[in-house]
Amino acid sequence: MKRVVLPLLALGLLTSAASAQQNLRIGLAEDPDILDPTLARTFVGRIVFMGLCDKLLDIDKDLKLVPQLATEWSWSPDQTAVTFKLRQGVKFHDGEAMDAEAVRYSLDRHLNLQGSFRRSEINVVKSIDVVDPRTVKVSMGAPFAPLLAQFTDRAGMILSPKAAKDAGTSFGAKPICSGPYKFVERVQQDRIVVEKFKEHWNAGAYHVDRVTYLPIVDGTVRLANLRSGQLDLLERLQASDVAEVKKDSKLKFASLTGLGYTGITINVANGDRAKTNVLAKDKRIRQALELSIDRDAINQVVFTGEFKAGNQWVPPTNPWYVKSAPIPKRDVAKAKDLLKAAGVTNPSFTLMVPTGNEAQQVAQVVQSMVKESGFDMKIQQVEFATSLQSAQKGDFDAFLIGWSGRVDPDGNLTAFIACDGGQNDGKFCSPQVEAALKDTRSTSDFEARALAYEKIAKVLADEMPRPYLYHPTWFWAMNPKVDGFIPVPDGLIRLSGIKMN
Amino acid sequence: MLTYIIRRILISIPTIVFVSIVVFGLQLLLPGDPALALAGEERDPQLIAELRRIYHLDQPIWRQYLIWVGNVLQGNLGESIRLKMPVGDLVTAKLPVTMQLASMAILIATCVGIPMGIVSAVKKETILDYGANVVALSGISVPSFWLGIMMILLFSVNLGWLPASGFVKPSESLSQNLKTMIMPAFVLSSVTTAIFMRHTRSAMLAVLRSDYVRTARAKGLREPRVIFRHALRNAIIPVVTLGAIQLGELMSGAVLTEQIFTIPGFGKLIVDAVFNRDYAVVQGVVLCTATGFIFLNLCADLIYFLVNPRMRG
Repeated sequence: MKRVVLPLLALGLLTSAASAQQNLRIGLAEDPDILDPTLARTFVGRIVFMGLCDKLLDIDKDLKLVPQLATEWSWSPDQTAVTFKLRQGVKFHDGEAMDAEAVRYSLDRHLNLQGSFRRSEINVVKSIDVVDPRTVKVSMGAPFAPLLAQFTDRAGMILSPKAAKDAGTSFGAKPICSGPYKFVERVQQDRIVVEKFKEHWNAGAYHVDRVTYLPIVDGTVRLANLRSGQLDLLERLQASDVAEVKKDSKLKFASLTGLGYTGITINVANGDRAKTNVLAKDKRIRQALELSIDRDAINQVVFTGEFKAGNQWVPPTNPWYVKSAPIPKRDVAKAKDLLKAAGVTNPSFTLMVPTGNEAQQVAQVVQSMVKESGFDMKIQQVEFATSLQSAQKGDFDAFLIGWSGRVDPDGNLTAFIACDGGQNDGKFCSPQVEAALKDTRSTSDFEARALAYEKIAKVLADEMPRPYLYHPTWFWAMNPKVDGFIPVPDGLIRLSGIKMN
Repeated sequence: MLTYIIRRILISIPTIVFVSIVVFGLQLLLPGDPALALAGEERDPQLIAELRRIYHLDQPIWRQYLIWVGNVLQGNLGESIRLKMPVGDLVTAKLPVTMQLASMAILIATCVGIPMGIVSAVKKETILDYGANVVALSGISVPSFWLGIMMILLFSVNLGWLPASGFVKPSESLSQNLKTMIMPAFVLSSVTTAIFMRHTRSAMLAVLRSDYVRTARAKGLREPRVIFRHALRNAIIPVVTLGAIQLGELMSGAVLTEQIFTIPGFGKLIVDAVFNRDYAVVQGVVLCTATGFIFLNLCADLIYFLVNPRMRG
């Protein structure tokens, strides 16, 4: 009897376990590119990496650094090196152990593999030394406080050296890391499937057994898929659908202000166009332009009030926001006075805008607002890749452009306003800003860095080379049975804690 | 006969060379620096220089062309910059999906459009004729993305009968495959259905007025026999020719439909590639399509040659 009952019981347990299998289907706004942390470049790919590859560090919803593969970290006294203590007993999906050598190998790959998209993020790193199997020391030539934040994203992802060596540049076809989910299959432009990695060091925090990522580009169709039950969760809900989703009792909604911004880059000194650009002539004209703009109105008109108005490189909700430089109120009379003082009447310029509905609407709202102060603003729509090229060549007066945002404020600022910044398309250059930028990088002390950022905010508010306008908000919609989703400002979907009730 | 075939094949070679030049020249027409577009938000100058070198973008355009042609002749269509996968693999994975979609669409168009055309010709200027004309006109004028979204809202969201998007291979589950493909195929077929209906109608009207049909009726044949055995057989010939052309049109028309229903086919592949400036994929896909068209044309000519005795002279 026993011999019959036991297998039957086992079978019963098995079937009940199988029926309790939780499968989470996530709708992505684009098809990710290659799933190799070194070679990947898209935002959407990072969402998938969250499940596949653990990083040295992570951030929480308040942008605080939290341990992941590194349990402790410490700066050298001169701030030019960081020592990481690694978590013990961590395994890669291929069963290999994650140790200091694997960290050294991965960081070295990020720095040196041909075509690496990570190099520019961590190129300050001069050497990576294995101190002992649990300890790695990363040294730089000079102090660079933003380094730790870089390790919270792809540059901090650790790959299985054995798998990476075997696969070479085709590693991305079957990525092997140490994340909570392991790669199962990918059908290009259709789906990416991952399943729970039972030997993960924190497996208890992950309740979903299988995750399927489905790229559905059209926002309306993505939402229709959620409504019809083909998806459980979707990212980047369209701002125009937010009101409807909030009202719908059959859907759950989540939102959070992101790390990015949209602003107007003014060509102050890039090429011949800057010489004829009226906005480059006098800072008072740029100040007048800013004072003519009502940022809240843009948010209300174009984004139904769901985004966040802003005047700095980080949103007002960010811990790095300079509170002593708040958003100025719109003041048309003062703007007119400034134009008069600068000796110009009806200044005329062209705003280059990447193609797309939202950008065009923002431009139109700005156009009508600045007109009241006497500006004659023309709108020139240019396809995105082409607009980048024109911007770099200096073939523009003003350019409406967004930035997706980085965890450390340095990533939102330096490349755009440092004299030799790679994305300083307007070629703004100020010795005061330059000195303050150096200060922000040379210490990891929050107060000291915040003080330097305050100096920068003051100079930028006066010189106005890049009026910032607003900060996009991330919107997620989900089936009410999805529980435990925590929005984080980087807009990624962390799978820990997510349950299907 | 053999000389004709050989001549026809030889003529298609310069056509393919010409197509390859046009395909390659297309990248010159796309504005924007590809290396800059590829380098992502960070625009790291060192990476941009490296990308230029890897993908030969730093070479003069004629040399880039020769490198590409050299590779293509060795059966290597290059590697997708975005996905780091051989373009040949992508093409072979996507082509069957679009072919299934286009075939299903042409089947729907045939089963719906032709009978509708017959009915509206036979019942000329009746309510049936007007109804069929309204359907045809709507089929041509309603944009496919609108029709697609409306169908998703009706059949997936409200009724819950069909999945809103996605694709299942027929080898995995034929019923699931048909469930996911029926809506896209219907949307894709809407224009072709209308064209088939209009052409069948006008061809039938012309034939029904001809002498031999009058003779058939005078012989006392029953009406269905007159219509199907005598009139339709002649009227259908131009529609069949049209069908062959439409199949090609459907393959390219699938771009939008695949985008709406997230079908991982040829059209979606090329749209994504253009937006990402993934030149290798754009060139590979267009070259394959063009070569396919040339090959089909060649086959058509050869078949024509075989069936038409006058050409063999």
